[in-house]
Amino acid sequence: MRAFGYDIDQLVIAHVLLAVVPVLVGLLVALPLGWWAHRSRPARRVLVPLSGALYTVPSLALIVFIPVVLGTPILSPVNVGITLTVYTVALLVRSVAEALDAVPDTITTAAIAVGYRSAGLLFGVQLPLAVPVLTAGLRVASVSAFSLVTVGALVGIPSLGTLMTDGFQQDYTAMVVTGIVGSVVLAFLFDALWLALGRSLTPWTRARTGV
Amino acid sequence: MLGRLGDWFSDPTRWSGSAGIPARVLEHLGYTALAVAIAAVIALPLGALIGHTRRGGLAVVGVANGLRALPELGVLVLFVLLLGLGLLPPTLALVLLAIPPLLAGAYSGVAGADPGAVDAARGIGMREHQVLLQVEVPAAVPLVLGGLRFATLQVIATATIAAYVGLGGLGRFIIDGFSVRDFPQMLGGAVIVAVLSIVVEFVLQGLGRLVTPGPDRLRLRRHADGPPAPPVSPSPAPSSREVRP
Repeated sequence: MRAFGYDIDQLVIAHVLLAVVPVLVGLLVALPLGWWAHRSRPARRVLVPLSGALYTVPSLALIVFIPVVLGTPILSPVNVGITLTVYTVALLVRSVAEALDAVPDTITTAAIAVGYRSAGLLFGVQLPLAVPVLTAGLRVASVSAFSLVTVGALVGIPSLGTLMTDGFQQDYTAMVVTGIVGSVVLAFLFDALWLALGRSLTPWTRARTGV
Repeated sequence: MLGRLGDWFSDPTRWSGSAGIPARVLEHLGYTALAVAIAAVIALPLGALIGHTRRGGLAVVGVANGLRALPELGVLVLFVLLLGLGLLPPTLALVLLAIPPLLAGAYSGVAGADPGAVDAARGIGMREHQVLLQVEVPAAVPLVLGGLRFATLQVIATATIAAYVGLGGLGRFIIDGFSVRDFPQMLGGAVIVAVLSIVVEFVLQGLGRLVTPGPDRLRLRRHADGPPAPPVSPSPAPSSREVRP
């Protein structure tokens, strides 16, 4: 589909890839870090304040830091991807740790009593019980990722944000509105996807509420 | 690159004049304070009222979540295209983005006040506005401050982007640096705005600790540091630790 002289499909694909991949990678990185923060108090003392500080850094600043730290080209989409991965990790490490903390000891004890051990206990009992909290964190990270991807347009990284910057330069409101609406719709679509995924992973929560 | 960044920072002309670092920091803080103050005047009373009457709570949460999906850059550009350049349009966009966290903080803080305390206040004959102002609002302070912190950081970050639509502040270094491919300048601006954000967060966190009443302070500490706080009330605390093998 073309509009305003742009290949909209390509902008949408770039937007989705730049938002979704970092959020999923961030989740994968946050799981072991969160588990570590759950198990070790010194690790938590470092990880939780560090992720708080990283989450505080404005996105445009972080996008500028990444090429200096990693040596990537300044115009590379990787800078936006890594920025969003950092935010996701920063947001989720604490969620994972607190979700694991919140698993009642009675359940852990019962699982150990029926024969669950380390990895089985984590993946079979503790993580599944943490899914609702994880889903909530993932949804926040995902919604803000879809909005933050557009910031990359300020340093030349294509996404629906390109319609906003170029629409501004051309004084073309419809183009800007298209970018905003597209970004919001994509954010909501993926939000619904994560919600459905979280629900399908936790059938017991539905049984309890009778839905 | 780091050497050139050092050169950028040590150039004395960076530290004076209306485009110097101190002036840009003050501008940035000024925009942030203005937007957060306007947003607070709108959102805090509204949130408190909705939390008190418990009418429209779902709508608040829905609107707050919906606004979170709005791309900041798009909102800024749209406001400037519709209302023109200058201080007002970007500031209005910043206000719009600061409202959801403040509204959510005030609403959930007031709605989450201890129902026993609220009932007791009514029982001793307090009027509704007294219940709100003397019981629910004090109880809401920690969550309101949480919302204020989040809103402030959000506005500092978005004000950086607002340099693209002609606002001053620290984003100027990044946006202007990019347009002439002056990377030390971009990096310098990024460093300053990152440090500013972390300092502001630190100050607001300290402020939060100062004004949070005793038992809540203990509860907050327990979340932050991990070790369980000593029991502060005779109410039965969850004693799950005892069953650990």
